[in-house]
Amino acid sequence: MRDAAAPAILRTKRPPDEILAIAALAALLVAAPLAIYPFLLAQALCMALFACAFNLLVGYGGLLSFGHALFFGWASYFAAHMAKGFGWPPELAIAAATLCAGALGLVAGALSIRRQGIYFSMITLALAQLGYFVALQVPFTHGEDGIQGVPRGKLFGLINLGDDFTLYYVVLAIFLFGLFGVYRIVHSPFGAVLKAIRENEPRAISLGYRTERYKLAAFVLSATLAGLAGATKAIVAQSATLTDAHWTMSGEVILMTLVGGMGTITGPVLGAFVIVAMQTYFSAMGQWVTVIQGAIFVLCVLAFRRGVVGEIAARFKISL
Amino acid sequence: MTVYALETEGLTKEFAGFSAVSDVALRVKRHTIHALIGPNGAGKTTCFNLLTKFLEPTRGTIRYEGHDITGARAADIARLGLVRSFQISAVFPKFTALENVRVALQRGRGASFDFWRSDRLLRHYDERARALLDDVGLDGWAERSAGEMPYGRKRALEIATTLALDPQMLLLDEPMAGMGHEDIDRIAALIKRVAAGRTVLMVEHNLNVVASLCDVITVLTRGRILAEGDYAAVSSNPAVQEAYLGAQIAGDGHG
Repeated sequence: MRDAAAPAILRTKRPPDEILAIAALAALLVAAPLAIYPFLLAQALCMALFACAFNLLVGYGGLLSFGHALFFGWASYFAAHMAKGFGWPPELAIAAATLCAGALGLVAGALSIRRQGIYFSMITLALAQLGYFVALQVPFTHGEDGIQGVPRGKLFGLINLGDDFTLYYVVLAIFLFGLFGVYRIVHSPFGAVLKAIRENEPRAISLGYRTERYKLAAFVLSATLAGLAGATKAIVAQSATLTDAHWTMSGEVILMTLVGGMGTITGPVLGAFVIVAMQTYFSAMGQWVTVIQGAIFVLCVLAFRRGVVGEIAARFKISL
Repeated sequence: MTVYALETEGLTKEFAGFSAVSDVALRVKRHTIHALIGPNGAGKTTCFNLLTKFLEPTRGTIRYEGHDITGARAADIARLGLVRSFQISAVFPKFTALENVRVALQRGRGASFDFWRSDRLLRHYDERARALLDDVGLDGWAERSAGEMPYGRKRALEIATTLALDPQMLLLDEPMAGMGHEDIDRIAALIKRVAAGRTVLMVEHNLNVVASLCDVITVLTRGRILAEGDYAAVSSNPAVQEAYLGAQIAGDGHG
């Protein structure tokens, strides 16, 4: 039953709007290399996955992390070092680096989750800054230079990732895995409790839920997926640099999520593509890109609170 | 076994500079409806927060069914069967009414950390959730989002959600606050009905409701117990009349 009063996202008999949106997005992305340079697309997909991971935490858990670059950047370093320093194949490097990011998420989450609101955000920021300065100091990250010349290698010893088209479709597969992962988490028994905590934490506690454990689990899942994005990015860009661990990266992922639509499944993907496209196609404008980004951010906050996809979803009372 | 479901001894909560609750010895008999009344700022809600461990007491002990729960955590108190409601209606606003109740029923699974499963498996709670909604007069509201329900309905939904846990004891913080007459009558009847076989402790300002509904009344002023007894005894107590009415007049009738 379509009840106008009920927000589409939480209707009991959920129509497969979100699945349709994911399928449409997948079809679009499969065809995209016909029109756009696949290397650029692969990089954009890494950012999109990062935004989806971030959105899992803020959009469904109500936890605004200001330090997600910690997981993205460090997974990037780990994957780059494993692929270059240890000579591991790409799938192993990505998988191991992703797990490392999850472990990092467990530590950072355990330290930050006990605090609420702005205090939580500030602790995540502080931990990310700590991670940034560690990255600047330890030898294997090569400080300002970063890890360069990371070999892409052969996936499972068979598929040569040196070819940009091949690389793109492998990245697309990883991305879709991550995107569907977010969808699954959001629409799981765990997701139901997580959303309840976002809606009203004291009430969830009074129903007997140990909310801090659920928030920690969401934090770890989000950090792991952010790590998957960062690790994949290291293989795509063949480098890991301080930029990926810098606080501006944490800021960028917030921007992407807000522009696309917080708490929508596909919104952050669109947001990431908008921001990456701006950075790429407006790069001739130099520093003005940042100014335009700032203006878009202000516009979004003032006019499209729900983000582009969020506004569309609200307008048509569907869930995207 | 003791006749009291809930007992406190020397329960005290001090905030910087003042005591919100001082040396309260509250005894709630099992299977009674017990009211906690008093003027604004008397410490009723603080008391509730202490009993459910949403606040940490400065001193004193809390015993529930003979067990010392002073050191327990809020979520664990709920697991023991002592479930509270809130003064500001506690629903999950973006959830439908059905989903609100289902989140409580889901507690029956134990912990829900299975993020890899579909939430379709929660649908087997739907039938029970609908029955609970029907029970509080919310039939036909199941698919409505809780945030958009009228106030009285929200409170009813809150009670349905609480009952989904099948608690032995309910702590209701001003269940009728801000309600019109019809809603008050309906919720009062509902409380009376669900109190069968349960213990209820409620904070309530509406004295008519308290008079008709509650077996025992404890009057709190300035964080201390002033009087206790049934309505007739308490209402004829001159100290209560003075404190209660005096504060009500001083508080410009908001009491």
